Amino acid sequence: MPDPVLALRDLTVEFDTEDGVVRAVTGVSYDVRRGEVLGIVGESGSGKTVSMLSVLGLIPVPPGRIVSGEALFDGEDLLTLKGRRLREIRGGPVAMIFQDPMSSLNPVLTIGDQIGEAIRAHSPKTDDAAARARTIALLRLVGVPAPERRVDQYPHELSGGMRQRAMIAMAVANDPSVLIADEPTTALDVTIQAQILEVLKTAQRETQAAIVLITHDLGLIAELADRVVVMYAGRVVEIGDVFSIFESPRHPYTAGLLRSRAPLDSDGAGLEPIPGQPPSLITPPPGCPFHPRCVQSRGREVCRTELPELRAVAGAEHRSACHFAEELAGEVRA
Amino acid sequence: MTELGYEAGVELKTRSQWAYVRIRFLRHRLAVGSLVVLILIALVGVFASQIAPYGYDELDIENASKGPTLEDRHLFGTDQLGRDYFSRVVFGVRTSLWVAVFVALVSTVIGTAIGAVAGFYGGKVDNLLMRFTDLVLTVPGLAVLLTASVFLGSGEPLQIGLILALLFWTTIARIVRGAFLSLREEGFVDAAKAAGASDLRIIARHMLPNCVGPIIVNATLAVAAAILVEAALSYLGLGIQPPDPALGRLINEGQSNGFELWWLVTFPGLVIVAIALCVNFVGDGLRDAFDPRQRRVRA
Amino acid sequence: MLSYAVRRLLYSVVVLVAASFLVFTFVSLSGDPLGQLNIVPNLSEQSRQNVIDAKHLDDPIPVRYAYWAKDAVTNQFGTTLLGDRPILPDLWRVMKNTLQLVLIAELLAVLIAVVIGVYSARHQYSPFDYAATTFSFLGLATPAFWLALILQVLVVQVREATGHQIFPIASLSSVDHGGGLDFVLDRVHHLVLPVIVLTVASVAGYARYMRASMLEVINADYVRTARAKGLPERTVTMKHAFRNALIPLVTLVALSFGNLLGGAIVVETIFSLDGMGLYFYNALLANDPYRVMAWLMITATMIIVFNLVADLVYGYLDPRVRYD
Repeated sequence: MPDPVLALRDLTVEFDTEDGVVRAVTGVSYDVRRGEVLGIVGESGSGKTVSMLSVLGLIPVPPGRIVSGEALFDGEDLLTLKGRRLREIRGGPVAMIFQDPMSSLNPVLTIGDQIGEAIRAHSPKTDDAAARARTIALLRLVGVPAPERRVDQYPHELSGGMRQRAMIAMAVANDPSVLIADEPTTALDVTIQAQILEVLKTAQRETQAAIVLITHDLGLIAELADRVVVMYAGRVVEIGDVFSIFESPRHPYTAGLLRSRAPLDSDGAGLEPIPGQPPSLITPPPGCPFHPRCVQSRGREVCRTELPELRAVAGAEHRSACHFAEELAGEVRA
Repeated sequence: MTELGYEAGVELKTRSQWAYVRIRFLRHRLAVGSLVVLILIALVGVFASQIAPYGYDELDIENASKGPTLEDRHLFGTDQLGRDYFSRVVFGVRTSLWVAVFVALVSTVIGTAIGAVAGFYGGKVDNLLMRFTDLVLTVPGLAVLLTASVFLGSGEPLQIGLILALLFWTTIARIVRGAFLSLREEGFVDAAKAAGASDLRIIARHMLPNCVGPIIVNATLAVAAAILVEAALSYLGLGIQPPDPALGRLINEGQSNGFELWWLVTFPGLVIVAIALCVNFVGDGLRDAFDPRQRRVRA
Repeated sequence: MLSYAVRRLLYSVVVLVAASFLVFTFVSLSGDPLGQLNIVPNLSEQSRQNVIDAKHLDDPIPVRYAYWAKDAVTNQFGTTLLGDRPILPDLWRVMKNTLQLVLIAELLAVLIAVVIGVYSARHQYSPFDYAATTFSFLGLATPAFWLALILQVLVVQVREATGHQIFPIASLSSVDHGGGLDFVLDRVHHLVLPVIVLTVASVAGYARYMRASMLEVINADYVRTARAKGLPERTVTMKHAFRNALIPLVTLVALSFGNLLGGAIVVETIFSLDGMGLYFYNALLANDPYRVMAWLMITATMIIVFNLVADLVYGYLDPRVRYD
């Protein structure tokens, strides 16, 4: 197995808030392999975004704080970077696109200006004409019609879908090795979502980058991801390739997630939500973080007292953090 | 990032909205302290006759032009005619405070009404009212006030208060209008209309309660502004006229003698500054209490 | 951009005309010019009638307004109520003096406030931030006239103690002000205290606003995007955050211009500066509605022009408004 392009090891991130110290991410480890699409799934507050923001040093410190861990990119620990080296990585080898393209683009600067900035930040000797040409080429790549016109327009003159395309163009401008997409379609209409998916696929084809796809939308994962990381309450609870995860999930939370979608052929039978609420990240419950809502647990003591380790349960590639992962075998889902 | 705390399901006991405001306000020690000081000052104003050791116009020529001293309880000294300055300031505080509160109340009522109508009906009505507001703002406020005072005025506190109120309403009108315009976008206005509620009922029962925060904050800040403006008017001789006491006029009268009797100018001014400062702190505290988004995070 | 400017200009003219009618009606209704005449002792009936004829005081208000408007445009705002002294030359003279004072104060205030605001926002909760906030609160709570007096008191006390008067406390220029550079320096020396008074009040408000605006922008998503692109922190702060944070301040400055002129009234009166403020005050004391009217109209025009400039600056800074 070749080296992963990005490897998180035992990452723990905390935030100081008025109500106490929030442990947003605890002991998170996973690999991002070259050229793959890695989906990270979880509810709001599961830590999926925070773990990636830490990689690029985008967690505000204070109130945030990286307590421990490493984020290894080609052998270099990104968490220790500062200043110039960090800026070289950001927007260059590791790029990120954000959820809401309207608020993530500067309203008073043209699209061309903002994409040009990204280009020049990493190739300072680029002159205006070259930057403009490259920007237009990038816009064309992501499917923005009439890019020569659009390049001089402001974000508010573009539709939501086009703005997101522009964001993607900005992110791939410097041929990244890792493209982090944080909820790229959540703020968009459903019809546009499909288009953006296509753009992401195109972007990957062009750059051969690995894509880290952060989302709570399982449909997106099914369409695009090669492997999946499932997060809950700031921890990784299951990792596996997308087929294994969907067909035979080995963690009660993942199973619950899959169950709570309404299949197209449902005969009107009710949705099955997961009962209860996510736990407090200030005072997490002892033992397994999911146990208060876990049907599988059936109140067994070990779930309440011991934190389950992430271990291989169906071949080395499929891992789960559940004491009773084996009991889920054989239950076919999707 | 504090949203993360809530997303993580931090347990919050449910309380009424007012209780939350009260709790948040009480966390601001500065605002609470200022409120206490203000209450004290207000009490001094209300019980002026009892607290002031001398009458407003009581002369004591023998003790004229004395600096602040503990003798004879002339805490703020005496003026050229031997009148006890502390007493004069106390009576002045009473007038200034009630005029300021009056101005704030009246202008809030007017401003809220105009803003509500403009925001609720939108379109032409809004346009018309806003153009009118713009017109009012086209001329410097102080100039209009002075003009009104000269040509209309008798110098009675009530009249001065009314004149001031007629200029103060514009700020609150803009705010209420803005709030109403955005509230209109929310579904519940249409829902209330569909349920057959009258316009007035919708405005009063459904929309106004949502703006209470900014209205209260603004009314509070208006008190401070009103005190400052009224003092300026009285100083220029075009505000509250004798025999009613006025802090601004005290400052004016204290100017003669080329600033040798420095306490005549200083004390009324310090009192004005103190009141305005406290009111602003309270207003700021209220603003934070009503709008928690800007909360500071414990470092 | 050009059509935006033209539209704003036309709109301003309409507002100006409407404002003039409003003001004229207000002043005419609230004062009785005849009242003033009645106070003048030994005024012959003929003189009285002359004034009435000259100012058309027998006619209803809209007619009077028409005459006044004609006078305003063709005859330089006509003459004073008593004494028939032409109004515009005086007004012009004092306007220049006031503009010096007010523009210097405003420029200083904006510069200082922007620096304080940006620095406070970047170093939130630092000692500087607390000091700046305290200063702002104090500045907003202090009446301008009182501050002016206190400054005068201080200068006088220092003079008593040391024999030196550091700043003049009255008038625009000394009697023997010389020419050229000496004149300018002398004028500046005289303007120091008045400018301080005007600036303090403005800076207090602007700085707080700038700080709040900057804080809001610093936490905006697009600032995070700028950082994620690998831009240097300096560029993130200045090109992305600062420029956006400045936009609301333009509106505030525009809205505050009226307050500034009001402040000028107070400051000029206290420091005996031969400016519009003092002119207005004297006109009020003399109960002369014609001078008052002329003053209000000129001021309204100044404010409208100022607002127009502010609108244009706003349009330049924020492309979103250019097309409405």
